[in-house]
Amino acid sequence: MSRILIIAEHDGTRLNPSTAKCVTCARDLGGEIDIAVFAEDPAALAAQAAELDGVAKVLTAVQQGSGHLLAAVLAPQIAAAAGDYGYVLGPATTFGKDLMPRVAALLGVAQVSDVMAVTGPHSFKRPIYAGSAIVTVTAPADMTVVATVRIASYQAVGTGGAAAVEALNVSCDTPEHTRYVGLEASAGDRPDLQSAPRVVSGGRALGSAENFELIYKLADRLGAGVGASRAAVDAGFVPNDMQVGQTGKIIAPELYFAIGISGAIQHLTGIKDAGTIVAINKDADAPIFEVADIGLVGDLFQVVPELEQALAES
Amino acid sequence: MKILVCVKRVVDYNVRIQLRPDGSGVITDGVKMSINPFDEIALEEALRIKESGQADEVVAVSIGAVEAQQQLRTALAMGADRAILVQSGDDAQPLTAARILQRIVEREQPGLVILGKQAIDDDNSQTGQMLAALWGRPQATFASELKLDGETARVTREIDAGMETIEVDLPAVITTDLRLNEPRFVKLPDIMKAKRKPLDTLTLEELEVESGNHLEVGQYEPPAKRERGVMVEDVPALISALNQRGLL
Ligand SMILES: Cc1cc2nc3c(=O)[nH]c(=O)nc-3n(C[C@H](O)[C@H](O)[C@H](O)COP(=O)(O)OP(=O)(O)OC[C@H]3O[C@@H](n4cnc5c(N)ncnc54)[C@H](O)[C@@H]3O)c2cc1C
Ligand SMILES: Nc1ncnc2c1ncn2[C@@H]1O[C@H](COP(=O)(O)O)[C@@H](O)[C@H]1O
Repeated sequence: MSRILIIAEHDGTRLNPSTAKCVTCARDLGGEIDIAVFAEDPAALAAQAAELDGVAKVLTAVQQGSGHLLAAVLAPQIAAAAGDYGYVLGPATTFGKDLMPRVAALLGVAQVSDVMAVTGPHSFKRPIYAGSAIVTVTAPADMTVVATVRIASYQAVGTGGAAAVEALNVSCDTPEHTRYVGLEASAGDRPDLQSAPRVVSGGRALGSAENFELIYKLADRLGAGVGASRAAVDAGFVPNDMQVGQTGKIIAPELYFAIGISGAIQHLTGIKDAGTIVAINKDADAPIFEVADIGLVGDLFQVVPELEQALAES
Repeated sequence: MKILVCVKRVVDYNVRIQLRPDGSGVITDGVKMSINPFDEIALEEALRIKESGQADEVVAVSIGAVEAQQQLRTALAMGADRAILVQSGDDAQPLTAARILQRIVEREQPGLVILGKQAIDDDNSQTGQMLAALWGRPQATFASELKLDGETARVTREIDAGMETIEVDLPAVITTDLRLNEPRFVKLPDIMKAKRKPLDTLTLEELEVESGNHLEVGQYEPPAKRERGVMVEDVPALISALNQRGLL
């Protein structure tokens, strides 16, 4: 049985739910699962990782500097540790997408992007063409498999485990050619778009940042996260990290509202795994209705306040 | 400074792709092909840097079949100074593309290499990062803002948590996100002028590119289809439909 190394994603204090989803994918491969935590102060994060079901060991590596993880700094450390493993997995989030190809290239191997299913020891299904097709790819059997896991395809493993925590000892030069400057996080205490069970998204039809308040109000009423189409982001109604789709976030909430969104393929690929899709659009022929579980043809400027009001009263 | 821009020929983003009936791939015969949209953004950024006086040459590179000359001609019409086609029969996977680009980088010695953050056909999002690793240089992926300052570049990146800014020493690899810029339209006289710009063709043998460690590509299949659901008349009906499903 081959050993599997998962690279933990975190914000310095909390483990990102993507890590627990990678563990689920790793379990389909079968083998001993270790999680590597690279952080300025890894102890608390390692404790969170150690609780995940099915994890054998948590390896910690203290990082110098601001504690922000740069691919150019992490990749050589991961490549040095990878020798003991048959698989190195990371999440297909911006963190993993930035990092894992750099690791693969240092190891001289191909990388599998966006694993949505494991079909054999080295075979995986993955989406291409904005999810318009699924292809099966097989990595060379005699080499370490480096892959990113499409987190919308997996549920998080439970907690209750008690894996051992050890220090990871690798020695390699860390480059100084890349420096972290800062992060402008969009302020927000709404549920995280990528893990929220309910998401309300607005599109170009909202017309302005002010009008987007309608979407926020409905979302708050539902306890939902908020997303947007690319058109709404490009127009400056909302920040970029709210974009859902091929080039934004791929999400799988139980309930998704697409409001004033036409349903372009690049948007739909981000919500394929949603439980129930509700579409509100004034155009009965909008493509979003071809995939919506519940569709309502109407003017969002009437329907949304009315819906919010009705929910408030019920 | 010289800027290298990668230009991949892909099925146009407006095309609804069709699979071959035997599942061996995607039908591309008679289908509109274009420059990968992220690569157009990469080229636009390179041209703006040159126009601001911070670069003196923009070289467009494509890896693929001879037909990719069309996309390189478009790149020349947009304003690239010259183009290089690396001819390869198969669709080069990211590791191979990165190895090829490394060879081009050795020959051309650019200060910046700008690629798209992903090719919209394979959606891999790997090539830039792999090139940066092989070259041993910085990477700034998913860029939505790029500022050059002598020997360094300050790049704002679109990441899941918001906008991250990093600083990298040159030479460096940049990959573009959608909001970096809006590419210019090509004007007719520029298409005529582009015909006289140099377009060189190289082979994998000439470049002595290492091959191997590819993924074996198997069956293509359609995605699970979502069925069209119910239409409701008004808000009360919507709420009861949600209630019926136990969603409220
Ligand atoms: C390479 C590439 C990547 C892309 N990636 C993404 C991505 O990740 N995510 C993404 O979303 N898009 C992406 N796009 C863009 C995508 O193709 C569409 O352009 C975009 O999704 C459209 O956004 P929209 O539905 O908000 O706008 P539109 O297509 O303009 O639709 C607006 C909708 O609102 C409806 N409407 C108007 N007024 C009202 C009203 N008063 N009440 C109710 N309904 C109303 C209209 O009927 C229409 O259906 C990408 C495109 C490219 C080329
Ligand atoms: N065959 C190719 N020819 C030119 N550029 C390529 C090729 N393959 C990948 N690239 C570049 O690498 C980027 C990312 O591609 P990918 O890693 O395949 O998603 C693309 O946007 C291009 O800029």
